[in-house]
Amino acid sequence: MTATAEQGAATGPAPAAEPIIEVSHVTCRFTSRRSETVALEDVSLAVRPGEFVTVAGPSGCGKSTLLKLVAGLVPATEGDVRLYGRPVTGPQREIGFAFQRSALLEWRGVRRNILLQAEMRGMDRRRAEERADRLIELTGLTGFEKALPHELSGGMQQRVALCRALLHEPRVLLMDEPFGALDALTREQMNTEMNRIWRETGTTVVLVTHSVPEAVYLGSRIVVMSPRPGRIVEILEPGLPEHREYGPTLADPRFAAAAARLRDLLGASHAPE
Amino acid sequence: MVTSREARPTAVALLAEGWRPVAVLLALFAVWWFVAWRELVPAYLVPSPGAVAETMAADWAMLLEHTWVTTLETIVGFALAAVIGVAAAVLLVYSRTAERSLYPLILFAQVIPKIAIAPILVVWFGFGMTPKIVLAVLIAFFPVVVSAVAGLRSVDPELLELSATMGASRWKTFRKIRFPGALPQLVSGLKVAVTLAVVGAVVGEFVGADRGLGYVLLLASGNLDAPLLFADLLLMSLIGVVLFVLVEVLERLLVPWHASRRTGLALATV
Repeated sequence: MTATAEQGAATGPAPAAEPIIEVSHVTCRFTSRRSETVALEDVSLAVRPGEFVTVAGPSGCGKSTLLKLVAGLVPATEGDVRLYGRPVTGPQREIGFAFQRSALLEWRGVRRNILLQAEMRGMDRRRAEERADRLIELTGLTGFEKALPHELSGGMQQRVALCRALLHEPRVLLMDEPFGALDALTREQMNTEMNRIWRETGTTVVLVTHSVPEAVYLGSRIVVMSPRPGRIVEILEPGLPEHREYGPTLADPRFAAAAARLRDLLGASHAPE
Repeated sequence: MVTSREARPTAVALLAEGWRPVAVLLALFAVWWFVAWRELVPAYLVPSPGAVAETMAADWAMLLEHTWVTTLETIVGFALAAVIGVAAAVLLVYSRTAERSLYPLILFAQVIPKIAIAPILVVWFGFGMTPKIVLAVLIAFFPVVVSAVAGLRSVDPELLELSATMGASRWKTFRKIRFPGALPQLVSGLKVAVTLAVVGAVVGEFVGADRGLGYVLLLASGNLDAPLLFADLLLMSLIGVVLFVLVEVLERLLVPWHASRRTGLALATV
């Protein structure tokens, strides 16, 4: 199931059926002096190892909060979050996290930005460098190793962020609308690449998006959320093959059905109550 | 896919960009020369450029010595202000308590006319270099603190979250993310600070000194020695300009990634 057995050893045995991420009855409230915002309400979700789960919903429905909850960056007000079977109480380091904006260090070139991950974790320098070079090749960044972020296009910046998130071979990759700022064509390319990387690495991925095609194309399961307070409305499982060519997949009736259903659900949740 | 790097200012570009201020400077110089030559103003008020040059040539050994004293006071004062200012900024940014109790006081202290403190400093520290350096520190400290605090606070919160998911220590986060990210703003604060440090040193010398350009200025003023006054003033300005350019060079070394994004002349960034 998971190719990266080394990292898994520390986290205990996880039979294929056991969820790798488990969110149970989580409610998340943010209170400021004036108001109280309920970002998530009674959300439960289990992600199995090797799955690619996409979370779709309108803006401000708490999708990002859900990811940050799993990463331990935001505490749950009520309920329980577990990662690798252990309760999440603080920032988790056995994950890869990719942000909406690429969050690159402006003063570092591509390669050194990717290697930040290794420096922060105190990974073996030589091995990290080899891995970085492989990832640079895998994502087509060869030739840009020394380029500074402001010299790169948005798509390339996101590729760098992706490489950085994958450098330490995390078993779980959390992505917060990573391709939201890209133009439609670049986004399709990134989606195709993302599908390939997922298949090649066997990483468990949770990706938040508000794009219907992206959610359906990438996800083995699609979690649909309602506007604030965020609740899970439905979980779609179109049953598409793991290997997906962009064009043929979009023409697949299962894709069309799932996309139509997702659009319906999102549209319905937009309607005034 | 990749946008081209901004063209570096070559000698040609420098000439193309830099001729305007030089032309204005030459024009001002011509006016000065004309005024002195036609004796529109008596020579004891505005000496001719020639007379100033003669004074400089005749008294160069004396002037050099005093210039060195003022330069040294300025550099030491500036360096101390930079170190203390950055340290204070780190404390203010990392400690809520320090921020609440100290930052308002630092801002308030800026209201005190520090030049008025100079006589007290002379009483405390005597006539040596110390009161001049202290005054330079007091004046130059403020822009350093303010720019460093702003720089350290400007960090992208997502970078801090990223750092948390990497399990990085606070020190590593500071060293690899926060501090380098604060450098562009810090350096612009240092540029202001270095010119203020010159003011601090000179004012310190006004109040009580037996050496330095400020002392020479008072002496020349007492003797109504206009050429010496003007020569002295030119040297003071020269100290400021040279130190400012040195900080610019430092900026190019420390934050080349930031400098490379800007266009135009190095000096055009104040």
